[in-house]
Amino acid sequence: MSEKTLVNEEQHFEEMIAEESICTTDNLVYEKPDTLLDTPMHYCPGCGHGVAHRLIAEVIDELGIQEDTIGVAPVGCSVFAYNYLNIDMTEAAHGRASAVATAIKRVLPDKYVFSYQGDGDLAAIGTAETIHTCNRGENLLIIFINNGIYGMTGGQMAPTTLPGMKSTTSPFGRDVATMGNPLKITELVAQLPGVYYCTRTAVNNAGNVRRAKKAIQKGFEYQKLNKGLSFVEIVSNCPSNWKMTPLASNKWMEENMFAFYPLGDLKVPNDKEK
Amino acid sequence: MAKVKGDIVIDIEKCKGCELCIAACPQDSLELSRKLNSKGYQYMVKIEDNCTGCTNCALVCPEGIIKVYRQTTKKKEPVATISNLTGDITVTVNS
Ligand code: SF4
Ligand code: SF4
Ligand code: SF4
Repeated sequence: MSEKTLVNEEQHFEEMIAEESICTTDNLVYEKPDTLLDTPMHYCPGCGHGVAHRLIAEVIDELGIQEDTIGVAPVGCSVFAYNYLNIDMTEAAHGRASAVATAIKRVLPDKYVFSYQGDGDLAAIGTAETIHTCNRGENLLIIFINNGIYGMTGGQMAPTTLPGMKSTTSPFGRDVATMGNPLKITELVAQLPGVYYCTRTAVNNAGNVRRAKKAIQKGFEYQKLNKGLSFVEIVSNCPSNWKMTPLASNKWMEENMFAFYPLGDLKVPNDKEK
Repeated sequence: MAKVKGDIVIDIEKCKGCELCIAACPQDSLELSRKLNSKGYQYMVKIEDNCTGCTNCALVCPEGIIKVYRQTTKKKEPVATISNLTGDITVTVNS
């Protein structure tokens, strides 16, 4: 065999290796966490709830607390959250998720307890429960999904609906003179002494998804250290009731929601007191 | 810089065609299919072979159906190297 053919064969072999699929377990860098079940989600295409669920599952997997975590699902679009997360979960009456979570945590103080609530649930029907749970400084994590509208019931105005924003009960836009101002409940609870950590995040792009995950992780870690209440707001979209495509809803959210609900930490623990 | 090679695998039956991954991909590797899946949604397909395995698409996907692979560029480290060898060496193998 001449040297030339040998070189050619070697090249060919190298090309063959290069063309081989790289989809091997060794090369796997991302897949859905185990705690997120395979059940197809009922959420509309592009809805932020799916990402939020996945982040919770990722944090639970990474902290290795799947067996020790108890979630409380709300009433609203995420009412079926317990179908998607492979942990113990219960369902609370509308708005009462933080009260139910309080009870669970007091009976089982060694468990990690979180409530997952939308804006209609947490900031309208459940305002009293939310504020008092935060004020008592219960050792919980509250995850608050704010999309400024009642999603499940068909797009009615929520306390968090922006001024001028259209909904089925404010068809000409929210008029603050007659309908009042939107409620910035996250700013409100950040003032309460029982709240240890309070932050506002979003899941509209990869960077924000990473930051939101970090915030949820901190919430669980502070709970382990018995620090008190962690409140993580996730500003989210509702393509169906905003009547936009998922991409347009994310753009609208960046331009309008973020202007009114600026992202960032509202209350961070003082590192020195550790 | 050596080019990082990545690839993705997606469960098309669970895709809802929301296009968030397509907008998130810095390499413009993704597009919606012309066909529909059994739920009636167009699904995401990879059209370019330039994926870097950055995981952006998987992070923004609300359905959590994208698996991302990245080729590990690490070469196998030699166990030992011998340099400036002048005289004879004897190697004993203990078994
Ligand atoms: S109605 Fe809105 S919040 Fe509810 S699942 Fe659909 S997009 Fe998401
Ligand atoms: S991993 Fe990154 S480069 Fe590859 S398809 Fe996804 S977003 Fe595009
Ligand atoms: S983000 Fe997920 S659900 Fe949406 S089009 Fe891409 S793969 Fe499909």
